[in-house]
Amino acid sequence: MDKFISLIARDIRLAVRQGSAFTMTLSFFVVAVTLYPLGVGPELNILTRIGPGVLWVGALLSCLLTLDRIFQADFEDGSLDQLMLGSLPVEFMALAKIIAHWLTSVVPLILITPILAVSLNMPADGIWAMMLALLVGSPVLSLIGAIGAGLTVGMKRGGVLLSLLVLPLYIPVLIFGVAAVEAAIAVLPMGPHILLLAGMSLGALVICPVAAAAALRLAVE
Amino acid sequence: MAIDLHRFANPARFLRITSAIFPWAAIVTVLLLAVGLYLALFVSPEDYQQGQTVRIMFVHVPAAWMAMSIYIMMAISSATGLIWKHPVADLSAKAAAPIGACFTFLALVTGSLWGQPMWGTYWVWDARLTSMLILFFLYLGYMGIWGSFDDQSKAARAAAILVLIGAINVPIIKFSVDWWNTLHQPASVATMDGPKIHSSILTPLLVMSLAYTSLFLTIFIIRVKAEILGRRLRILRLANLEE
Repeated sequence: MDKFISLIARDIRLAVRQGSAFTMTLSFFVVAVTLYPLGVGPELNILTRIGPGVLWVGALLSCLLTLDRIFQADFEDGSLDQLMLGSLPVEFMALAKIIAHWLTSVVPLILITPILAVSLNMPADGIWAMMLALLVGSPVLSLIGAIGAGLTVGMKRGGVLLSLLVLPLYIPVLIFGVAAVEAAIAVLPMGPHILLLAGMSLGALVICPVAAAAALRLAVE
Repeated sequence: MAIDLHRFANPARFLRITSAIFPWAAIVTVLLLAVGLYLALFVSPEDYQQGQTVRIMFVHVPAAWMAMSIYIMMAISSATGLIWKHPVADLSAKAAAPIGACFTFLALVTGSLWGQPMWGTYWVWDARLTSMLILFFLYLGYMGIWGSFDDQSKAARAAAILVLIGAINVPIIKFSVDWWNTLHQPASVATMDGPKIHSSILTPLLVMSLAYTSLFLTIFIIRVKAEILGRRLRILRLANLEE
């Protein structure tokens, strides 16, 4: 357990000291979301209508951009081999790196979401629902993404393949995430959608570290 | 188990058996397709609401069934390849993927051609349609992963991991019409109370689906043979280089 936590702490420290990691993802998220009002026009009722979808798609894409960071740097400097030789099972090693990725790359997106939501003219109920849905659903993004990152870790130009592998599997999260926010905006119960998202997160928590570990074993052999 | 299935993992024996099956599969495909298309396009009655467009169903439904069945088959043979390390299992999954992708594409295209006169639109973001589209992307990703590794045994294992993760999508496709109750009609052939459609439509549908299955078998045997022989050629070339 100590090793597990210290591995998470190591990854977070690396991300913090590199500095640019946080700001780059956040800026991408902000810029991507800003493109929509420019593209579809500034009518507030249209923005309210498309807001949940825009924010979710933006979060998905920002997360996708950071996925290669989970294993790539460690693979290149050889520390991944050392980590896999260590006493921590590879599955837990993968899970620790996934948690670190979620904390450093996805949580900042959730924190900045309210500001962007306000700029998209989303009502207050919708903003809370958006935060809740992202909080419950976004672990799936890191978890599934880790499989794709593990499969493409040794590849040159793996980025395009990574998006082809991962984005189709993100679609269910997107559907239920948007449905939850739209239900909240329409003053309908959003509980079922949130519960489905939570179910996906828990299911992915079980399956994805195992699959990511299998992919990593393949990459370093 | 009564039969030792591992015997069939031997490539030479596999090639011998499939070569023996191949001409029969080809003949059966031609016969069934001829009979099935005749029954579907000429004999079966017009629908009182849909008119002639109901006949699209006879190419659409079996294609969708095949798209899912082939994916399940790929998942099973990939799991076999991962567990017992039979190269033939990996190769058969690889050989099946493009065929499955074609059937998925066929199901999507025929469905959208039928949707235009019936639903008034080529495409709706219905649960069944969306999950079929995801299946299509999964097939593409699977083929992409085979193409992006130099080492074939690594590619086989990476692809197998992807197929097994994507297998979650198959029950979602199957039950999407029951869970979300959307525009696509619910299951009407394989239900607990037996088929819900009249035999004049059911018979051509079943003949067509048998025809599709044997068509798959025929193409599959050609592709697996090509894969096995291609691998053999590579090994021979490598052996030549070493001399």
